[in-house]
Amino acid sequence: MKDAINIYVEQDGGERIELEAPLDMNLSVMEVLKANEFPVQAVCGGMAICATCHVEVLQSGELPDMSDDEAYMLETLPHATDTSRLSCQLRVTPELDGLVVRIMPEA
Amino acid sequence: MDKITTDICIVGAGPVGLFAVFEAGLLKMRCHVVDALPAVGGQLSEIYPKKPIYDIPGFPEVLAGDLVKNLEQQIAPFHPTFTLGERVDDLEKLDDGSFIVRTVAGTEIACKVVVIAGGLGSFEPRKPAIEHLDKYEKNGVEYMVRDPEHFRDKRVVISGGGDSALDWTIFMAGLCKELTLVHRGTTFRGAPESAAKVLSMAEEGQINLILKSNVTEVHGEEKLEAVTVMVDNTTPHQIEVDNFIPLFGLVPKLGPIEDWGLELEKNAILVNTEDYSTNIPGIYAIGDINTYPGKLKLILCGFHEAALMAQSAYNIIYPDKKFVLKYTTVNGIQELQA
Repeated sequence: MKDAINIYVEQDGGERIELEAPLDMNLSVMEVLKANEFPVQAVCGGMAICATCHVEVLQSGELPDMSDDEAYMLETLPHATDTSRLSCQLRVTPELDGLVVRIMPEA
Repeated sequence: MDKITTDICIVGAGPVGLFAVFEAGLLKMRCHVVDALPAVGGQLSEIYPKKPIYDIPGFPEVLAGDLVKNLEQQIAPFHPTFTLGERVDDLEKLDDGSFIVRTVAGTEIACKVVVIAGGLGSFEPRKPAIEHLDKYEKNGVEYMVRDPEHFRDKRVVISGGGDSALDWTIFMAGLCKELTLVHRGTTFRGAPESAAKVLSMAEEGQINLILKSNVTEVHGEEKLEAVTVMVDNTTPHQIEVDNFIPLFGLVPKLGPIEDWGLELEKNAILVNTEDYSTNIPGIYAIGDINTYPGKLKLILCGFHEAALMAQSAYNIIYPDKKFVLKYTTVNGIQELQA
Protein backbone atom coordinates (compact mmCIF):
# COMPACT_ATOMS: atom_id res chain seq x y z
CA MET A 1 0.00 0.00 0.00
CA LYS A 2 1.23 3.49 -0.84
CA ASP A 3 2.04 5.82 2.02
CA ALA A 4 1.17 9.00 0.15
CA ILE A 5 -1.13 10.20 -2.61
CA ASN A 6 -0.81 12.96 -5.15
CA ILE A 7 -3.04 16.02 -5.22
CA TYR A 8 -2.90 18.63 -7.97
CA VAL A 9 -3.62 22.33 -7.71
CA GLU A 10 -4.59 23.93 -11.01
CA GLN A 11 -3.32 27.46 -11.48
CA ASP A 12 -5.08 30.22 -13.41
CA GLY A 13 -3.11 29.43 -16.57
CA GLY A 14 -4.11 25.76 -16.43
CA GLU A 15 -0.77 24.57 -15.08
CA ARG A 16 -1.12 21.84 -12.44
CA ILE A 17 1.16 21.76 -9.41
CA GLU A 18 1.67 18.29 -7.94
CA LEU A 19 1.62 17.89 -4.17
CA GLU A 20 2.44 14.80 -2.19
CA ALA A 21 0.03 14.15 0.67
CA PRO A 22 1.04 11.56 3.28
CA LEU A 23 -1.67 9.12 4.30
CA ASP A 24 -0.49 8.45 7.84
CA MET A 25 -1.05 11.90 9.37
CA ASN A 26 -4.84 12.20 9.24
CA LEU A 27 -4.51 15.42 7.23
CA SER A 28 -7.21 17.31 5.41
CA VAL A 29 -6.67 18.69 1.93
CA MET A 30 -6.78 22.16 3.52
CA GLU A 31 -3.84 21.24 5.75
CA VAL A 32 -1.90 19.91 2.77
CA LEU A 33 -2.55 23.16 0.87
CA LYS A 34 -1.46 25.26 3.85
CA ALA A 35 1.64 23.13 4.42
CA ASN A 36 2.59 23.82 0.81
CA GLU A 37 2.07 27.54 1.36
CA PHE A 38 -0.88 28.03 -0.91
CA PRO A 39 -2.92 31.15 -0.07
CA VAL A 40 -5.56 29.32 1.91
CA GLN A 41 -6.53 31.18 5.05
CA ALA A 42 -8.59 28.50 6.80
CA VAL A 43 -9.32 30.97 9.55
CA CYS A 44 -11.48 28.59 11.59
CA GLY A 45 -8.95 25.78 11.54
CA GLY A 46 -11.17 23.15 9.94
CA MET A 47 -14.61 23.44 11.51
CA ALA A 48 -16.50 24.29 8.30
CA ILE A 49 -17.56 27.66 9.64
CA CYS A 50 -15.57 30.20 7.64
CA ALA A 51 -15.33 28.87 4.06
CA THR A 52 -11.87 30.39 3.66
CA CYS A 53 -10.55 27.06 2.32
CA HIS A 54 -13.07 26.83 -0.51
CA VAL A 55 -11.89 24.82 -3.54
CA GLU A 56 -13.47 23.75 -6.79
CA VAL A 57 -12.91 20.06 -7.51
CA LEU A 58 -11.93 19.71 -11.18
CA GLN A 59 -11.20 15.99 -11.23
CA SER A 60 -11.57 13.25 -8.65
CA GLY A 61 -12.61 9.73 -7.84
CA GLU A 62 -15.37 9.25 -5.34
CA LEU A 63 -15.41 12.02 -2.77
CA PRO A 64 -16.68 11.70 0.79
CA ASP A 65 -20.28 12.87 1.30
CA MET A 66 -20.84 16.39 2.48
CA SER A 67 -21.88 16.99 6.06
CA ASP A 68 -24.85 19.31 6.57
CA ASP A 69 -22.47 21.93 7.93
CA GLU A 70 -20.35 21.88 4.79
CA ALA A 71 -23.35 21.86 2.45
CA TYR A 72 -24.94 24.73 4.29
CA MET A 73 -21.75 26.77 4.28
CA LEU A 74 -21.27 26.24 0.53
CA GLU A 75 -24.88 27.22 -0.06
CA THR A 76 -24.26 30.65 1.42
CA LEU A 77 -21.23 31.40 -0.78
CA PRO A 78 -21.92 33.77 -3.66
CA HIS A 79 -19.53 32.13 -6.12
CA ALA A 80 -19.63 28.40 -5.29
CA THR A 81 -20.04 25.97 -8.18
CA ASP A 82 -21.61 22.51 -8.42
CA THR A 83 -18.26 20.94 -7.58
CA SER A 84 -17.26 23.28 -4.78
CA ARG A 85 -16.00 21.76 -1.54
CA LEU A 86 -14.46 23.00 1.68
CA SER A 87 -10.97 21.52 1.57
CA CYS A 88 -10.91 21.20 5.37
CA GLN A 89 -13.65 18.59 5.08
CA LEU A 90 -11.76 16.40 2.59
CA ARG A 91 -9.60 13.88 4.47
CA VAL A 92 -6.50 12.62 2.69
CA THR A 93 -7.38 8.98 1.92
CA PRO A 94 -6.29 6.59 -0.89
CA GLU A 95 -9.58 7.36 -2.70
CA LEU A 96 -8.45 10.96 -3.15
CA ASP A 97 -5.34 10.04 -5.19
CA GLY A 98 -5.23 12.19 -8.33
CA LEU A 99 -7.56 14.86 -6.98
CA VAL A 100 -7.37 18.12 -8.94
CA VAL A 101 -8.59 21.30 -7.28
CA ARG A 102 -8.64 24.99 -8.00
CA ILE A 103 -8.36 27.34 -5.02
CA MET A 104 -11.36 29.67 -5.06
CA PRO A 105 -10.97 33.35 -4.32
CA GLU A 106 -12.42 34.59 -1.09
CA ALA A 107 -15.61 36.60 -1.26
CA MET B 1 -22.95 56.09 27.51
CA ASP B 2 -20.79 54.07 29.90
CA LYS B 3 -17.33 55.19 30.93
CA ILE B 4 -15.05 52.60 32.46
CA THR B 5 -11.56 53.02 33.88
CA THR B 6 -9.26 50.04 34.31
CA ASP B 7 -5.63 48.95 34.04
CA ILE B 8 -5.98 46.54 31.11
CA CYS B 9 -8.70 46.43 28.48
CA ILE B 10 -8.88 42.91 27.05
CA VAL B 11 -10.54 42.68 23.65
CA GLY B 12 -12.06 39.22 23.36
CA ALA B 13 -13.60 37.04 26.08
CA GLY B 14 -12.45 33.69 24.69
CA PRO B 15 -10.33 31.28 26.77
CA VAL B 16 -7.14 33.25 26.22
CA GLY B 17 -8.76 36.61 27.05
CA LEU B 18 -10.21 35.12 30.24
CA PHE B 19 -6.92 33.55 31.31
CA ALA B 20 -5.20 36.90 30.71
CA VAL B 21 -7.39 38.27 33.54
CA PHE B 22 -5.87 35.62 35.82
CA GLU B 23 -2.27 36.35 34.90
CA ALA B 24 -2.90 40.10 35.21
CA GLY B 25 -4.72 39.60 38.51
CA LEU B 26 -1.76 37.78 40.06
CA LEU B 27 0.19 40.98 39.43
CA LYS B 28 -2.60 43.17 40.86
CA MET B 29 -3.67 44.59 37.53
CA ARG B 30 -7.40 45.10 36.98
CA CYS B 31 -9.05 44.04 33.74
CA HIS B 32 -12.12 44.98 31.76
CA VAL B 33 -13.09 42.51 29.02
CA VAL B 34 -15.03 43.46 25.87
CA ASP B 35 -16.58 41.02 23.42
CA ALA B 36 -18.90 41.36 20.43
CA LEU B 37 -20.68 38.17 21.49
CA PRO B 38 -23.27 38.33 24.26
CA ALA B 39 -21.57 35.62 26.36
CA VAL B 40 -18.00 34.84 27.44
CA GLY B 41 -16.07 31.90 25.98
CA GLY B 42 -15.67 32.99 22.35
CA GLN B 43 -15.60 30.08 19.92
CA LEU B 44 -15.77 27.60 22.80
CA SER B 45 -19.20 28.83 23.86
CA GLU B 46 -20.47 29.87 20.46
CA ILE B 47 -19.35 27.07 18.19
CA TYR B 48 -18.46 23.92 20.10
CA PRO B 49 -19.50 24.06 23.77
CA LYS B 50 -20.23 20.30 23.82
CA LYS B 51 -17.04 19.22 22.06
CA PRO B 52 -14.25 17.70 24.14
CA ILE B 53 -10.77 19.25 24.09
CA TYR B 54 -7.88 16.88 24.73
CA ASP B 55 -4.80 19.12 24.78
CA ILE B 56 -5.28 21.24 27.88
CA PRO B 57 -2.44 20.26 30.27
CA GLY B 58 -3.78 18.36 33.25
CA PHE B 59 -7.17 17.68 31.66
CA PRO B 60 -7.21 14.39 29.71
CA GLU B 61 -10.57 15.53 28.36
CA VAL B 62 -12.61 18.63 29.05
CA LEU B 63 -15.74 19.93 27.31
CA ALA B 64 -15.17 23.36 25.76
CA GLY B 65 -18.12 24.76 27.72
CA ASP B 66 -16.72 23.37 30.99
CA LEU B 67 -13.30 24.87 30.30
CA VAL B 68 -14.97 28.28 29.99
CA LYS B 69 -16.85 27.74 33.28
CA ASN B 70 -13.61 26.75 35.00
CA LEU B 71 -11.83 29.82 33.66
CA GLU B 72 -14.63 32.06 34.92
CA GLN B 73 -14.25 30.48 38.35
CA GLN B 74 -10.47 30.83 38.19
CA ILE B 75 -10.60 34.58 37.46
CA ALA B 76 -13.45 35.39 39.85
CA PRO B 77 -11.11 36.51 42.71
CA PHE B 78 -9.83 39.28 40.45
CA HIS B 79 -13.29 40.73 39.84
CA PRO B 80 -12.99 41.48 36.13
CA THR B 81 -15.69 43.65 34.60
CA PHE B 82 -17.28 42.97 31.22
CA THR B 83 -18.90 44.71 28.27
CA LEU B 84 -20.54 41.94 26.27
CA GLY B 85 -22.50 42.13 23.01
CA GLU B 86 -20.57 45.20 21.86
CA ARG B 87 -17.85 45.02 19.23
CA VAL B 88 -14.86 47.29 19.75
CA ASP B 89 -14.70 49.98 17.14
CA ASP B 90 -12.25 52.74 17.80
CA LEU B 91 -8.95 53.15 19.63
CA GLU B 92 -7.49 56.47 20.73
CA LYS B 93 -3.98 56.85 22.12
CA LEU B 94 -3.72 59.75 24.54
CA ASP B 95 -0.66 61.95 25.07
CA ASP B 96 0.17 60.28 28.39
CA GLY B 97 0.47 56.90 26.61
CA SER B 98 -2.86 55.56 27.87
CA PHE B 99 -5.76 54.55 25.65
CA ILE B 100 -9.48 54.99 25.17
CA VAL B 101 -11.18 51.97 23.59
CA ARG B 102 -14.66 52.64 22.20
CA THR B 103 -17.31 50.10 21.29
CA VAL B 104 -19.91 50.39 18.54
CA ALA B 105 -22.47 51.18 21.24
CA GLY B 106 -20.37 54.10 22.48
CA THR B 107 -19.03 52.52 25.68
CA GLU B 108 -15.63 54.03 26.53
CA ILE B 109 -12.91 52.15 28.34
CA ALA B 110 -9.96 54.19 29.61
CA CYS B 111 -6.92 51.94 30.18
CA LYS B 112 -3.15 51.90 30.32
CA VAL B 113 -2.76 48.69 28.33
CA VAL B 114 -4.81 47.08 25.55
CA VAL B 115 -4.63 43.31 25.07
CA ILE B 116 -6.18 42.00 21.87
CA ALA B 117 -7.31 38.41 22.33
CA GLY B 118 -9.77 38.47 19.49
CA GLY B 119 -9.40 34.89 18.19
CA LEU B 120 -10.87 34.60 14.72
CA GLY B 121 -11.91 38.24 14.83
CA SER B 122 -15.51 39.27 14.52
CA PHE B 123 -18.00 37.77 12.12
CA GLU B 124 -18.81 40.22 9.32
CA PRO B 125 -21.21 39.83 6.39
CA ARG B 126 -19.63 38.20 3.35
CA LYS B 127 -19.75 40.57 0.39
CA PRO B 128 -20.20 39.23 -3.14
CA ALA B 129 -17.64 40.29 -5.74
CA ILE B 130 -19.73 42.82 -7.66
CA GLU B 131 -18.01 45.89 -9.07
CA HIS B 132 -18.93 49.23 -7.41
CA LEU B 133 -21.03 47.47 -4.77
CA ASP B 134 -19.37 49.50 -2.03
CA LYS B 135 -20.45 52.74 -3.71
CA TYR B 136 -24.07 52.00 -2.75
CA GLU B 137 -23.46 50.74 0.78
CA LYS B 138 -25.99 52.55 2.98
CA ASN B 139 -27.44 53.99 -0.24
CA GLY B 140 -29.49 50.99 -1.27
CA VAL B 141 -27.17 48.07 -0.54
CA GLU B 142 -27.53 46.44 2.89
CA TYR B 143 -25.76 43.30 4.09
CA MET B 144 -28.17 42.54 6.88
CA VAL B 145 -31.74 43.32 7.79
CA ARG B 146 -31.70 45.36 10.97
CA ASP B 147 -35.22 46.76 10.76
CA PRO B 148 -37.57 45.23 8.18
CA GLU B 149 -39.74 48.38 8.34
CA HIS B 150 -36.92 50.15 6.51
CA PHE B 151 -37.97 48.19 3.40
CA ARG B 152 -41.72 48.83 3.60
CA ASP B 153 -43.19 49.67 0.16
CA LYS B 154 -39.73 49.40 -1.42
CA ARG B 155 -38.66 47.36 -4.44
CA VAL B 156 -36.15 44.89 -3.02
CA VAL B 157 -33.87 42.22 -4.44
CA ILE B 158 -32.49 39.66 -1.98
CA SER B 159 -29.70 37.40 -3.14
CA GLY B 160 -28.57 34.17 -1.47
CA GLY B 161 -29.80 30.68 -0.73
CA GLY B 162 -29.16 30.15 2.97
CA ASP B 163 -31.57 30.31 5.86
CA SER B 164 -31.37 34.05 6.34
CA ALA B 165 -32.16 34.69 2.64
CA LEU B 166 -35.19 32.37 2.89
CA ASP B 167 -36.39 33.70 6.24
CA TRP B 168 -36.21 37.34 5.24
CA THR B 169 -37.86 36.65 1.89
CA ILE B 170 -40.80 35.06 3.70
CA PHE B 171 -40.96 37.80 6.31
CA MET B 172 -40.69 40.76 3.94
CA ALA B 173 -42.93 39.48 1.13
CA GLY B 174 -46.00 41.28 2.46
CA LEU B 175 -44.02 44.36 3.43
CA CYS B 176 -42.19 45.26 0.23
CA LYS B 177 -43.79 46.73 -2.84
CA GLU B 178 -41.95 44.18 -4.93
CA LEU B 179 -39.63 41.43 -3.69
CA THR B 180 -37.30 39.31 -5.79
CA LEU B 181 -35.13 36.46 -4.52
CA VAL B 182 -32.14 35.58 -6.69
CA HIS B 183 -30.39 32.27 -6.00
CA ARG B 184 -27.53 30.72 -7.93
CA GLY B 185 -28.76 27.14 -7.39
CA THR B 186 -31.93 25.31 -8.24
CA THR B 187 -32.60 23.99 -4.75
CA PHE B 188 -32.30 25.32 -1.21
CA ARG B 189 -30.41 23.44 1.46
CA GLY B 190 -31.87 25.48 4.27
CA ALA B 191 -34.80 24.47 6.46
CA PRO B 192 -37.08 22.41 4.14
CA GLU B 193 -40.28 24.13 5.33
CA SER B 194 -38.80 27.58 4.55
CA ALA B 195 -37.73 26.41 1.09
CA ALA B 196 -41.21 24.98 0.40
CA LYS B 197 -42.82 28.21 1.58
CA VAL B 198 -40.64 30.33 -0.71
CA LEU B 199 -41.43 28.10 -3.70
CA SER B 200 -45.17 28.28 -3.05
CA MET B 201 -45.03 32.06 -2.56
CA ALA B 202 -43.33 32.31 -5.94
CA GLU B 203 -46.02 30.17 -7.56
CA GLU B 204 -48.71 32.39 -6.08
CA GLY B 205 -46.96 35.47 -7.38
CA GLN B 206 -46.24 36.98 -3.95
CA ILE B 207 -42.55 37.15 -4.79
CA ASN B 208 -40.36 36.86 -7.87
CA LEU B 209 -38.00 33.92 -7.66
CA ILE B 210 -35.09 33.76 -10.09
CA LEU B 211 -33.10 30.53 -9.79
CA LYS B 212 -29.80 29.53 -11.44
CA SER B 213 -28.90 33.21 -11.53
CA ASN B 214 -26.59 35.75 -9.96
CA VAL B 215 -26.70 39.48 -9.43
CA THR B 216 -23.71 40.66 -11.45
CA GLU B 217 -24.03 44.44 -11.69
CA VAL B 218 -25.38 47.35 -9.67
CA HIS B 219 -26.42 50.67 -11.21
CA GLY B 220 -27.44 54.15 -10.10
CA GLU B 221 -26.35 57.78 -10.00
CA GLU B 222 -26.15 58.66 -6.32
CA LYS B 223 -28.15 55.83 -4.87
CA LEU B 224 -28.91 52.33 -6.09
CA GLU B 225 -31.48 52.32 -8.91
CA ALA B 226 -31.19 48.93 -10.60
CA VAL B 227 -29.39 45.59 -10.54
CA THR B 228 -28.50 43.27 -13.39
CA VAL B 229 -29.31 39.62 -12.87
CA MET B 230 -27.51 37.17 -15.11
CA VAL B 231 -30.24 34.60 -15.69
CA ASP B 232 -29.02 31.02 -16.27
CA ASN B 233 -25.60 32.66 -16.33
CA THR B 234 -26.24 33.75 -19.90
CA THR B 235 -29.06 36.29 -20.19
CA PRO B 236 -28.75 39.68 -18.49
CA HIS B 237 -31.98 41.00 -17.00
CA GLN B 238 -32.20 44.42 -15.40
CA ILE B 239 -34.48 45.00 -12.41
CA GLU B 240 -35.29 48.45 -11.02
CA VAL B 241 -34.85 48.42 -7.26
CA ASP B 242 -34.64 50.60 -4.18
CA ASN B 243 -32.66 48.04 -2.20
CA PHE B 244 -30.36 45.13 -2.85
CA ILE B 245 -29.68 42.80 0.10
CA PRO B 246 -26.96 40.20 -0.53
CA LEU B 247 -27.24 37.59 2.27
CA PHE B 248 -24.21 35.33 1.96
CA GLY B 249 -23.51 34.45 5.55
CA LEU B 250 -20.76 35.69 7.82
CA VAL B 251 -17.01 35.45 7.58
CA PRO B 252 -14.51 36.05 10.38
CA LYS B 253 -12.56 39.26 9.82
CA LEU B 254 -10.26 41.42 11.91
CA GLY B 255 -12.87 44.16 11.61
CA PRO B 256 -12.09 47.68 12.86
CA ILE B 257 -8.88 46.46 14.55
CA GLU B 258 -7.45 46.38 11.03
CA ASP B 259 -7.39 50.19 11.05
CA TRP B 260 -5.65 50.67 14.39
CA GLY B 261 -2.21 51.00 12.82
CA LEU B 262 -1.02 47.58 13.94
CA GLU B 263 1.49 45.68 11.86
CA LEU B 264 -0.38 42.82 10.21
CA GLU B 265 0.66 39.67 8.40
CA LYS B 266 -1.84 37.37 6.67
CA ASN B 267 -4.79 38.86 8.55
CA ALA B 268 -3.12 38.39 11.94
CA ILE B 269 -1.33 40.83 14.24
CA LEU B 270 2.44 40.57 14.17
CA VAL B 271 3.95 40.37 17.67
CA ASN B 272 7.32 40.20 19.37
CA THR B 273 7.60 36.79 21.06
CA GLU B 274 9.52 38.27 23.98
CA ASP B 275 6.29 39.65 25.45
CA TYR B 276 3.65 39.42 22.66
CA SER B 277 3.73 43.17 22.22
CA THR B 278 2.67 44.72 18.92
CA ASN B 279 4.34 47.57 17.06
CA ILE B 280 2.31 50.04 19.18
CA PRO B 281 3.72 50.34 22.72
CA GLY B 282 1.04 49.37 25.25
CA ILE B 283 -0.89 47.14 22.86
CA TYR B 284 -0.41 43.37 23.04
CA ALA B 285 -1.98 40.59 20.97
CA ILE B 286 -2.35 37.04 22.28
CA GLY B 287 -3.99 33.83 21.12
CA ASP B 288 -5.27 32.99 17.65
CA ILE B 289 -5.29 36.62 16.48
CA ASN B 290 -1.50 37.06 16.57
CA THR B 291 1.26 35.66 14.42
CA TYR B 292 5.01 35.15 14.75
CA PRO B 293 7.51 32.66 13.38
CA GLY B 294 6.47 29.24 14.66
CA LYS B 295 2.99 30.34 15.74
CA LEU B 296 0.64 27.53 16.71
CA LYS B 297 -3.04 28.29 17.08
CA LEU B 298 -3.57 26.33 20.28
CA ILE B 299 -5.35 27.36 23.47
CA LEU B 300 -2.35 26.30 25.54
CA CYS B 301 -0.03 28.55 23.51
CA GLY B 302 -2.45 31.43 24.11
CA PHE B 303 -2.25 30.78 27.86
CA HIS B 304 1.54 30.96 27.73
CA GLU B 305 1.34 34.18 25.72
CA ALA B 306 -1.00 35.66 28.35
CA ALA B 307 1.56 35.00 31.11
CA LEU B 308 4.39 36.70 29.24
CA MET B 309 2.16 39.60 28.23
CA ALA B 310 1.20 40.19 31.87
CA GLN B 311 4.77 40.52 33.14
CA SER B 312 5.53 43.02 30.37
CA ALA B 313 2.30 44.97 30.94
CA TYR B 314 3.28 45.20 34.63
CA ASN B 315 6.21 47.42 33.67
CA ILE B 316 3.80 49.84 31.97
CA ILE B 317 1.21 49.90 34.73
CA TYR B 318 3.69 49.96 37.63
CA PRO B 319 6.76 51.64 36.08
CA ASP B 320 8.37 52.26 39.46
CA LYS B 321 8.03 48.75 40.85
CA LYS B 322 10.36 45.86 40.14
CA PHE B 323 8.75 42.77 38.71
CA VAL B 324 9.05 39.66 40.87
CA LEU B 325 7.61 36.38 39.67
CA LYS B 326 5.05 35.11 42.20
CA TYR B 327 4.28 31.43 42.50
CA THR B 328 0.67 30.63 43.39
CA THR B 329 1.87 27.62 45.39
CA VAL B 330 3.85 29.97 47.64
CA ASN B 331 1.56 32.97 47.75
CA GLY B 332 -1.84 31.55 46.92
CA ILE B 333 -4.30 33.84 45.19
CA GLN B 334 -4.63 37.30 46.65
CA GLU B 335 -8.06 38.60 45.83
CA LEU B 336 -8.32 42.06 44.32
CA GLN B 337 -10.89 44.30 45.90
CA ALA B 338 -14.07 44.50 43.88
